[in-house]
Amino acid sequence: MITFDNVSLTYPNGHQGLKNINLEIPKGEFVVVVGLSGAGKSTLIRSINQMVRPTEGRLLIEEEDSLAMNTKNLRLLRRDIGMIFQNYNLVKRSSVLRNVLSGRLGYTSTLKSILNLFSKEDLQYAMECLDRVGIQDKAYQRADTLSGGQQQRVSIARALSQKPKAILADEPVASLDPPTAHAVMQDLQQINKEDQITMVINLHAIDLSMEYADRIIGLRDGEMVFDGKASEVTEQTFEDIYGRAIKEDDLIGEAESE
Amino acid sequence: MTDLNKNTNRIPVLPSKTKKTTTLVFAVVLLLYTMSVIQTEAYPHQIITNIPIVVDFFIDDMLPPNPSYFADSFFALLETWNIALLSTTLSALFCLPIAFVAAGNINRNWALYHTTRFSLNVLRTIPDIIWAVLFVAFVGLGALSGVLALFFFSLGIIVKLVSETIEAIDPGPQEAIRAAGGNLLQVIWFGAIPQILPQFASYTLYVLEINVRASIVLGFVGAGGIGQLLERQISVFNYGNISMVILVTFVAVTIIDTVSTSIRKRLV
Repeated sequence: MITFDNVSLTYPNGHQGLKNINLEIPKGEFVVVVGLSGAGKSTLIRSINQMVRPTEGRLLIEEEDSLAMNTKNLRLLRRDIGMIFQNYNLVKRSSVLRNVLSGRLGYTSTLKSILNLFSKEDLQYAMECLDRVGIQDKAYQRADTLSGGQQQRVSIARALSQKPKAILADEPVASLDPPTAHAVMQDLQQINKEDQITMVINLHAIDLSMEYADRIIGLRDGEMVFDGKASEVTEQTFEDIYGRAIKEDDLIGEAESE
Repeated sequence: MTDLNKNTNRIPVLPSKTKKTTTLVFAVVLLLYTMSVIQTEAYPHQIITNIPIVVDFFIDDMLPPNPSYFADSFFALLETWNIALLSTTLSALFCLPIAFVAAGNINRNWALYHTTRFSLNVLRTIPDIIWAVLFVAFVGLGALSGVLALFFFSLGIIVKLVSETIEAIDPGPQEAIRAAGGNLLQVIWFGAIPQILPQFASYTLYVLEINVRASIVLGFVGAGGIGQLLERQISVFNYGNISMVILVTFVAVTIIDTVSTSIRKRLV
């Protein structure tokens, strides 16, 4: 359970990223956050694992206020939350397996990780995670030899290897072509259903949001302007959130070529 | 526009103001050259009139190299190589932790960052020969003072190069590892080091090249190696031996530079 209790975030330059957000995300929900670029989608997601730090309010993760945590507890919190990025954020020159193993770093002592002494179970589990996203055969390839879709799957495997309670994804499919985008979204949906891992995902494509989300949250200028079930959402809802008419760029298209 | 056409048929390529500035700059540069020639008495005609002296020196004194001096030269050269190798390896080892402290994207502590940067700048202003003189005074004549001198000299160079490489790396992987609960050392080890490894290896080889050549010069102030040998032979005007030393040095430096350059090309 993730609870935003009147959370605001003002950046050092005075820009207000989030304004009085009140939000409850129960365990296992598939939440998609939508809004125009600059609306605060990234800020909202990154507040949850404090890659950015809200300046006001309380942000409860499992009843504990994460804004009051010390560095040590914050690291423990972060290892329970996987994160997926638009640009995959893999170490390009390292092997796929090593990239996945970096998801185990929160569980591994500094000395052991520097000496590459990951436990047998960790290695086993990293391979299982790669298997779940269907690229176990690429384990020993350099990450930059993989296609974009495959690289995003490596980063999903990395998040999975943390055995997370929640996964945050910041525009996970914005750099992918439509069929690959759908495939990656389906991977995330499957993980959500099978493992009951909470998903909080930023998307800007309207059709993707409506297809995969349980619940949609709309942001405009740092304010929450919509919160409702995906089944109740129409294109009109998006026009209200975006404050303008829907354009063709807001749609990604069908996965017909798969 | 019409005014311009009335005064002259040609449309100037450069605005007349730029033309004046350029001419002025050229004049000043020319004046500086003239002054430096007069002050140093480095008149060009001297080079031409003195050519016969140089040719005689080579034919009469330097040739042929003394073959029986090859063994001595070779072992002194080996010492030079070892000095360069040890000092480069030491500075490469010490470089990594310091370079991360000197990289603004890793070290967010303003005071520590600037103190480190400033100390490194000071380190780099001290020429290698001064380090050598210092260490010859501290630990005496010989290779050890050469190793220490070149260690401090090359540390400044390699840390600067590596810390600038660190500042240019992709921050994404580090962000991902931080988000997965990794601590600072794990972020550096898994997120940053793999990205700088090729450049780090390349810079180390480059510094090795520099150190081989520098250690030859340092021998002249007593810091061991083939330079020290050369200095002794020069002081007794033993030209056959001198040219043997130069020949051996020339061949060795060429080989080392060629091999190192070709490895570096493949690295980056």
